[in-house]
Amino acid sequence: MSLGPYASFIVTSYAAAAIVVAILIGWVVFDYRNQTQRLRELGRSGVTRRSGRSAVDTPRTMT
Amino acid sequence: MTLIDLANPTRFLALSARVLPWLAAATVILLTIGLYQSASAPDDYQQGATVKIMFIHVPNAWLSMFVWGVMSVASLGTLVWRHPLADVAAKAAAPIGAAFTFLALLTGSLWGRPMWGTYWEWDARLTSVLILFLMYLGLMALWRAVEDPSRAARAAAVLTLVGAINLPIIKFSVDWWNTLHQPASVMRMGGSTLDKSFLIPLLVMAVAFTLLFVTLHLAAMRNEILRRRVRSLQMMQASRVAFSSEVGTGSREENASKGAA
Repeated sequence: MSLGPYASFIVTSYAAAAIVVAILIGWVVFDYRNQTQRLRELGRSGVTRRSGRSAVDTPRTMT
Repeated sequence: MTLIDLANPTRFLALSARVLPWLAAATVILLTIGLYQSASAPDDYQQGATVKIMFIHVPNAWLSMFVWGVMSVASLGTLVWRHPLADVAAKAAAPIGAAFTFLALLTGSLWGRPMWGTYWEWDARLTSVLILFLMYLGLMALWRAVEDPSRAARAAAVLTLVGAINLPIIKFSVDWWNTLHQPASVMRMGGSTLDKSFLIPLLVMAVAFTLLFVTLHLAAMRNEILRRRVRSLQMMQASRVAFSSEVGTGSREENASKGAA
């Protein structure tokens, strides 16, 4: 596959899209881990929801 | 299960946990197919190989407007129906929409330099998309500036609905004004003007990026629900500490007054 004289523009476009999508995925995964960790810490210190259910309430983990 | 059932955040968390792996898998498969088709698409007789930039530029440009549309519907849910998940959906979509808009602007610039001879031109289409990007950033700043999520939600909903005026301006800017940007070639009256060898990879990439948005949006909504649970539990913890210290101070004062008597 030849990209011609403007290969650098094409490669930069695809690389930028890959980086931005990777950042979005990383942000979502990191944020999920951060929130579930804070909820577990709160649960360990005895602060629970009034319903008594787990604050995470997910049958499976996302990661 | 009805839509009203989904309004319950706990049910939403459970359902989205089941759906997310399938959505992620479908996104990866479609993106792989789309990238393969984009790589093997022929060169355009005018643009040459730079036509390949269109396979990521166009889906991102569509999504930049689509995400604002999703946020506008969610904002109506916040203002009119006070749907419990509406402002969660609007808040979670904003950074993703900003990222897609940034990519549309960047890849458009990278295509423009070899084709138009310039990275940027202050024409109607480019300027209105830049305004959309700035509005995304403003909305994200507003969410961060107001601490109470329900107050922030109402202000953000009004701003989102006002900002939705920009969507038809972006769409029809190429028809209303004399712009450097080419007019619509896919979604237009009379059908697409694109050859199938370009249209099929473009549509596959558009569906793949839309699935990517849905996957990321659901995951970000889950995170936002958890963040609000953390906030309410922290407030509960703080009020407990304040109450116990008040009780402690009160009993010490009572003991002191008894001792003095």
